[in-house]
Amino acid sequence: MNTSEIWKETAAIESAIGGMACRLVRRLERCGFQDPAMIGIHTGGVWIAERLHTLLGLPEPLGHLDISFYRDDFTRIGVHPQVRPSHLPVRVDDRHLILVDDVLQTGRTVRAALNVLFDYGRPASVTLAVLVVRDGRELPIAADVVGFEGFFGAEDQIKLSGPTPLVLLRTRREARR
Amino acid sequence: MGSSLPNPQLDAQGRLRHFLTIEGLSRDLLIELLDQAEGFLGVAQQAVKKVPLCRGKVVANLFFETSTRTRTTFELAAKRLSADVLNLNISTSATAKGESLLDTLRNLEAMHVDMFVVRHAAGGAAHFMAAHAAPHVSIINAGDGRHAHPTQALLDMFTIRRHKGDFSRLRVAIVGDILHSRVARSQMLALKTLGVPDIRVIAPRTLLPAKVEEAFGVKAYHELAEGIRDVDVIIMLRLQRERYRGALLPSEHEYFQLFGLTEGRMGAAKPDVIVMHPGPINRGVEMDSAVADGAHSVILEQVTNGIAVRMAVIAMCLGNQRRADEL
Repeated sequence: MNTSEIWKETAAIESAIGGMACRLVRRLERCGFQDPAMIGIHTGGVWIAERLHTLLGLPEPLGHLDISFYRDDFTRIGVHPQVRPSHLPVRVDDRHLILVDDVLQTGRTVRAALNVLFDYGRPASVTLAVLVVRDGRELPIAADVVGFEGFFGAEDQIKLSGPTPLVLLRTRREARR
Repeated sequence: MGSSLPNPQLDAQGRLRHFLTIEGLSRDLLIELLDQAEGFLGVAQQAVKKVPLCRGKVVANLFFETSTRTRTTFELAAKRLSADVLNLNISTSATAKGESLLDTLRNLEAMHVDMFVVRHAAGGAAHFMAAHAAPHVSIINAGDGRHAHPTQALLDMFTIRRHKGDFSRLRVAIVGDILHSRVARSQMLALKTLGVPDIRVIAPRTLLPAKVEEAFGVKAYHELAEGIRDVDVIIMLRLQRERYRGALLPSEHEYFQLFGLTEGRMGAAKPDVIVMHPGPINRGVEMDSAVADGAHSVILEQVTNGIAVRMAVIAMCLGNQRRADEL
């Protein structure tokens, strides 16, 4: 049996996203990244990206990325059952992109997402914004803009539930596999 | 057909390992394949029209019968999944089909091929290969005799779903040489499995299999105008000239007069009817050029959809292979 508890409530998440938006704007200015386009990773990343997209008032529509076809565990678990088509309404060539995800743990999702992006074109830069950065990194990938940070241990899973209301759940997996 | 036998296409967990026929596949599995194909459709929009899913896998196209469309779309599908593709065009030899087929299989298995896409003039060829294939190898049926052409049927279902959405209220007519058509058999099974309530087959009596109504749960018509009344989908079949001579049909001209689809005759169907054809079209035999190229025709879309659907089938079978060994 797995047990779930709420780690962050909706209000805390919404305010963290507000903070992320401010830091994102400052970072883009500091780096001189003008006219950025935003892309969310399915599914939780899109929920965060929708809010950031509104807060930043970006003129172009939000892109959606499904990384199922780029996962590195295909030979172990086969095709992912629920694939949504990726939808990139903007051309990525020479653009400054903001990539948004809900939880950064191993880094494998972001690795796959970068591969997807580069199959659409050659962006000028990619900035990574993540709601929760946690322990468990297996690849040299770091977020540029972060909502929460936490250390949980391998048996704890952090999952975003949404799209409304957004709640972060912490689930303890029993040791048995 | 015995229902007590395990389905040769599925592994012990009920997952797709080979794709040989629509028969015996559940509605859920067909829907899962259609949903997967929906995702693969977007790959053609990328600048790099490829995903790395099946990188390092080897797919061999083993065509004992000629084909352009099916072979090239299978090849493209495998390549868009980043698999390596071998194309082997083997002309049918009359000698010892079983033996030579098995030898071909053994030799290619020794080259570490992961999947065979097989087309053969003999019904059951793909099943035969699946029965003898090594545990790490998948077989896809790309058409066997008059028996089955399941990926064609699946891409047709995909095309119908993209236009009509829900299968449960549709009237679908299949027109033409049902008797010799593996496509028609697979389509009838797929339409039935997906819950289409009104499936019609329209053909001269000489081109309908005996007891088609009982065997497939369809309604047979011998007049085009009556058969296509109020249908949502018309599927035209190719007149397979190479499979018979003279006896079954007086002439192609007469066939067109009675069963050829023209814009005028299409008026009996629903105003938003879609017209499909698995290709290649005999213009002026099965249908008028005006229909083939007209606003209701989705024939070229079928070709595009065929790649995405075949990607879904290849990816699902290859993805299930490793899992099968681990258990």
